Amino acid sequence: MIPHQWTAYLVIIISFVVALLLAVYPLPMGLRWWRPELVLLVSIYWISVFPLSMSLLFLCCIGLYQDLLEGVPLGQHGLSVVIVSYICILSYQRVRNFAVWKEAGWVFVLVGLAQLPGNWVQSMSGRPLAGLYFLAPALTSALIWPFLRMLLDSLNRHYRIT
Amino acid sequence: MVSLILMGIFTPWLKQVRQQLNFLTVPFYQVTDIPRRIGEWGNSAFSSEKDLRAENERLKIEVLIYQRKQQQMAALAAENVRLRQLLNGKDMLQDRVLIAELIGISPNPLSHIVIINRGSREGVYEGQPVLDAFGLMGQIVEVDENTSRVLLISDSSHAIPVQVNRNGVRAIAEGTGDLNRLSLRHVSINADIREGDILVSSGLGERFPVGYPVAEVEQVVRNSGQAFARVIARPMARLDRSRHVLLVFDTHAQLDDQGSSSLTPESP
Repeated sequence: MIPHQWTAYLVIIISFVVALLLAVYPLPMGLRWWRPELVLLVSIYWISVFPLSMSLLFLCCIGLYQDLLEGVPLGQHGLSVVIVSYICILSYQRVRNFAVWKEAGWVFVLVGLAQLPGNWVQSMSGRPLAGLYFLAPALTSALIWPFLRMLLDSLNRHYRIT
Repeated sequence: MVSLILMGIFTPWLKQVRQQLNFLTVPFYQVTDIPRRIGEWGNSAFSSEKDLRAENERLKIEVLIYQRKQQQMAALAAENVRLRQLLNGKDMLQDRVLIAELIGISPNPLSHIVIINRGSREGVYEGQPVLDAFGLMGQIVEVDENTSRVLLISDSSHAIPVQVNRNGVRAIAEGTGDLNRLSLRHVSINADIREGDILVSSGLGERFPVGYPVAEVEQVVRNSGQAFARVIARPMARLDRSRHVLLVFDTHAQLDDQGSSSLTPESP
């Protein structure tokens, strides 16, 4: 990582910026439930690549910035990103040996877990939840995970980050 | 982090911080707006002369129709003012309006909030009513320098006082979290509300101006076992389709609002 440190930083930050852009890209009202949690996915990916040097504080700031962008109570995404990243850091050695489909299942669990605090926050601010819909982003996230992984892996190889 | 969330929900302390930091979010919304702008530019640059002519014809006819209505309106308005003077009432002021454009939709699927391209620089204020060409859309909840956020009437935390246009029965229309449904709260079982009735804003909350169409009653369920009738209405405004919206400046409301800067939308 040492010889190309600056490109590594740049690629990581750009990937987060793109994820944030897609997180607020306007979708039709009915489709908004199915928007994958790209910011979370990107942070899961970079943690699996740099389990020891990704900073939780940095990820937390990204989450807070996403809150600001989306206009939800500050800390909603911050909290869920930190929880998920912590779990990822604890479990990266095991997850590295997973097959892709198994990894996607793991991502489903993680994103579903991340939805929970978000939904608690939303219901505290008076917006009742519509059934199991809150798992929809987890499902789409798991479905696009293999492709996202391929994309980021190729970026990773191209810029020789690891 | 948890205390930050609780503080954000239950206290207004973070409001200031948010407004200070909101400028950070503007470039993002500008970037996500680019595809739409390109589409619009493409539409205007590549439309054929024939289409333009046809559109021009159509618009001319529409203008004629509206001009005729306007003539009638002038007479009616004058008559209205005279009658109000007879009744010692205040005369209705013509509301000033500002046209704004939608630049974003809140990504949070639970909230019905859209972002428009006018802010405090143009004099937009919190609680300002927002309309489209067909009816009332919502109200401003957050103002920034160049953008502001509009809470739509269908949001589940929003409620608006309405009256039936036909007979003046008053009620409160609550959002349900579904774009095409509002529900009327506490309508007694023998109230005279029928399917097809138009609900207009009643102005009783002193936030929305009187007389703008809000919704059309779609379904009335009267169950004699229950104290209240269940009334479902469909918003008149095209909440998910309108690109251009109107901001209404209500002179009274603006003065009142500056005194008390309450953030919560009207609750019943």
